[in-house]
Amino acid sequence: MSDNATPTTPVKTTGLHVGDAGPGCKKVDPIIIADGVKRTFGGLTAVDVAHVEIPRGAITALIGPNGAGKTTFFNLLTGFDKPDEGKWEFDGRSLAHVPAYRVARMGLIRTFQLTKALGLLTVLDNMKLGAKGQSGENLFRSVFPFFWRKQEDDIEAKAKEILSRFKLDAKQEDYAASLSGGQRKLLEMARALMSDPTLVMLDEPMAGVNPALTQSLLDHILDLKSQGMTVLFVEHDMHMVRHIADWVIVMAEGKIVAEGDPHEVMRDPAVIDAYLGAHHDTDLGDDDDPETAEHIHALKELIDDEQ
Amino acid sequence: MIDWIQIFSNAAQELISPTTAAYALAALGLAIHFGYTGLLNFGQAGFMALGAYGFAISTLTFGFPVWASVLVGIGASIVFALILGIPTLRLRADYLAIVTIAAAEILRLIFTTNTFDDVTGSASGLQGYKGGLAALNPIPPGTYGFGPFTYNAYDWWIRILGWTVVILAALFTWSIMRSPWGRVIKGIREDEDAVRALGKNVYSYKMQSLILGGAFGTLGGMIFIMPRAVVPANYQTSLTFFIYAILLLGGAATILGPIVGSMIFWVLLSFFSGFMARAVEAGWFPFMTQVQAGQLRFILVGIAIMLLVVFRPQGIFGNKKELSFVR
Amino acid sequence: MESTQSVRPHSRGRWLILLGLLVSALTLSGIAASPAMADEGGTDSQAEEFEYFFSGNVKYNDEPLEGVSISVSGNGYEAETETDENGQWTIGVPEKDAYEVTLDEDTLPEGVIVEDGQSTVDAEFGLTSRKAVNFFLGEGQRVTTDYGAQVLIRVVNGLNFGLLLALAAIGLSLIFGTTGLSNFAHAEMITFGALMMLTFSTTLAFPVWLAILIAVVLAAGLGWTLDAGLWKPLRKRGVGLIPLMIVSIGLSLALRYTFQFFYGGSTRQLPGATLPREISLGPILLSWIDVASMATSVVVLLAVAYFLLRTRIGKATRAVSDNAPLAAASGIDVDRVIRIVWVLGGGLAGLAGILWAYFRPGVSWDMGFQILLLVFAAVTLGGLGTAFGALVGSLIVGLFIEVSTLWLPSDMKYVGALLVLILVLLFRPQGILGRRERIG
Repeated sequence: MSDNATPTTPVKTTGLHVGDAGPGCKKVDPIIIADGVKRTFGGLTAVDVAHVEIPRGAITALIGPNGAGKTTFFNLLTGFDKPDEGKWEFDGRSLAHVPAYRVARMGLIRTFQLTKALGLLTVLDNMKLGAKGQSGENLFRSVFPFFWRKQEDDIEAKAKEILSRFKLDAKQEDYAASLSGGQRKLLEMARALMSDPTLVMLDEPMAGVNPALTQSLLDHILDLKSQGMTVLFVEHDMHMVRHIADWVIVMAEGKIVAEGDPHEVMRDPAVIDAYLGAHHDTDLGDDDDPETAEHIHALKELIDDEQ
Repeated sequence: MIDWIQIFSNAAQELISPTTAAYALAALGLAIHFGYTGLLNFGQAGFMALGAYGFAISTLTFGFPVWASVLVGIGASIVFALILGIPTLRLRADYLAIVTIAAAEILRLIFTTNTFDDVTGSASGLQGYKGGLAALNPIPPGTYGFGPFTYNAYDWWIRILGWTVVILAALFTWSIMRSPWGRVIKGIREDEDAVRALGKNVYSYKMQSLILGGAFGTLGGMIFIMPRAVVPANYQTSLTFFIYAILLLGGAATILGPIVGSMIFWVLLSFFSGFMARAVEAGWFPFMTQVQAGQLRFILVGIAIMLLVVFRPQGIFGNKKELSFVR
Repeated sequence: MESTQSVRPHSRGRWLILLGLLVSALTLSGIAASPAMADEGGTDSQAEEFEYFFSGNVKYNDEPLEGVSISVSGNGYEAETETDENGQWTIGVPEKDAYEVTLDEDTLPEGVIVEDGQSTVDAEFGLTSRKAVNFFLGEGQRVTTDYGAQVLIRVVNGLNFGLLLALAAIGLSLIFGTTGLSNFAHAEMITFGALMMLTFSTTLAFPVWLAILIAVVLAAGLGWTLDAGLWKPLRKRGVGLIPLMIVSIGLSLALRYTFQFFYGGSTRQLPGATLPREISLGPILLSWIDVASMATSVVVLLAVAYFLLRTRIGKATRAVSDNAPLAAASGIDVDRVIRIVWVLGGGLAGLAGILWAYFRPGVSWDMGFQILLLVFAAVTLGGLGTAFGALVGSLIVGLFIEVSTLWLPSDMKYVGALLVLILVLLFRPQGILGRRERIG
């Protein structure tokens, strides 16, 4: 594992897979194993993953063109959506029919593409909400502070410690709604840490973040790994993927089309096809359509990476 | 000439009237639902009806003592909350609104229909259930008080009882809302998926909130019938809307808001009705009849709801800081 | 709506039975009316006895009839009583206004009916605070039609009711689909149509067809005004959907009592509302109004379907309903679509109001509010925001309400429909035609 003192040159974790790198390949120490997970909306198949394993203790990026089913796959893994069929497990325990809140209690914490900071709660309350197993969260005990006062103080100390690491301590009494987009992303990540998760799943952590905050966010993600957590994230920013990911899984049209080390996977013709294919499907007259523009941008980055 | 003293003293009486206490309690329940948890309960009238009928029927039909009648009412409201909550609390917020409003109407229609006349008294309702409560009155018979606040022993008894319940409920709400439980509840109002992703059983919390706020409405329904009879026509949808008006006036996510909101609402309404009635009588508004003057206040309540939501969504007691972030 | 569909043949011999007129103050203070307080929201904190009374005396062949059930309804107030051993009854009401007084024929002795089917009469106070209400009893048999025919009759009634609900529901659904607003003030757009119809046809004596046209145009105008004057500015302010819904509740309350302010609390009839049922199709007896009402609904619904499916602006409307930001990005003028939807919704609601006034029958200030929940139920049943779902939902609600009166007491018929709503949400929350939404 890595113990990086200089976060700008992250130490990559290697040797994660068994045999050839490819879609659905075996991992040495998988934390999540999904088998035949399928989800359809009406006639449209959003996710159809035959087999995939997420390596433990590493940073894995889930990439793919828009509509590839990445967010839906996230929702399925975390219990926010139910697949039509399939089975998947986390740390050896099956997650089928497990509601989202139980998944979270098992140590699998996620963030959302559209940040879900709780606007009219203070930053500190946002943090405290993240802590697990609070006895004061029981209605009957909540009336009597002596049941939960001590635990509350501990939680507050921990929250303040994490907030200062994320440089949000000056804001702790402010409403989360007053934070900037990037600060909310930071808060959401910090809040996730309150429960000491084993796996953190980040849905587009860089989307809408002010470039000034990007480096800090990257450092925090690398920091998660150095503390022994596993990270799975969805991202469009290819530079970021190349920079911090130890492993990359590529989805297109609901399927896993490629897997591997970030540098090798970019050379995989299936990946380029996936991005091109997504582009070809759309009407060429729609170039100013934001989605298409994003595909083209992603493709350009891929080609840049190749050179 | 207009008898201003009469108008003012009638209005002042509303400050501590049992009706004001009943609405304050129902509004406090709605504050738990709507203000703190973000649940759109449009069936608070149904919870109040369950309190009124639960108490009256237990006393009249089954001859239960007061404490048992109160428990029956609360029990009925818990069952009602479960029936409402189980299908809807997993769905989008507006489904709960439609289901609660429909369920409250179902209750009212069931209490109104001739089919169960023996038990419910159908459209003319029930009375004669106050004996048990009057027997518990520790105040010796007589008339007490000063100025407009002069009442007999029973009237004082129900006022003291009603406001004691309101104060206890407010203290209880205050203590749970500053606890970690309250934090989860407020988190759910902001974004339930985020709270779910942090490992909280959102469904269970919403159910607890629905039951608790509903029980407050039920207690309010019991206080409401202490100075009057139980009449099904009182439990129409507009009752719920009036309670919303009170809640919005005071501030939806506050403890004092529903209580002071109820006082302001009733004092103003009584003052306005009294003034309009006397003014029409005195010929100030020749184009208006007494009946029309009586309807004006409902128009006013409607307009007040609209203006409050648009221009002061946090109410009188709401946090000013919140205003800039309210969507 | 007729709660019991019964055919009355000749009633041999007329015993003009006098009822009421015994209005001595003594009797009245003796049989005090229920000290009920019907004031909406319970405005007065003290219970008070009513000042106004209906009273009467039910006799048949000079014999007083005991235990005959009499009920009064109107102005949101309902009360019921039974005649005493002298055949006398009294009911107190809260306001000096018009009410419907009904004698429950089921409580009359065998072989006695109210003549000419006048078991429900409209009664209004004169100068005094007491009003005598008479029912003329005669000999006759209430012919109960056989079960199959009964079902058929209810089905036709239900279709009629469902079709008029659909007119209102489609507007509500389109507004919900394009703006996300659950518009509680839709009830008042329904009432507004009927009130305008009343004004132009009865008060101003315009021909019926012209009055309908004017009323519908004015109702569409109300839709436009509400959008331009209220909803559009609120949208621009970025007011959230739930506050908007509460604004619509306030608007509903304000408009409803404004109607009462100007039109009073009485129920008045539109021209032709009392036409006899003279068209017989098998066991079904219909009036020309029933036929015209159903035909109008069908034609208008077909026109709306054509508009939504075939015209450019109709397609744009569905696109906005589906995904407003996407529609805006592809060059659709969302504000214009919403304006058109409000105009259309207002006009449809106004027409629904007129047809509802004929179906009930009668025009009153809160008539729209009486069916608002049914309209919401129809929209939810069909699937929130889908126009065709609203149509299907309306027909189901209309049919269910009418057919359920075969088993349910008629004052409970809405209970069944609302229960179905809750059950459907339990098993198919997205409604009958709705799609399951994806999360995230």
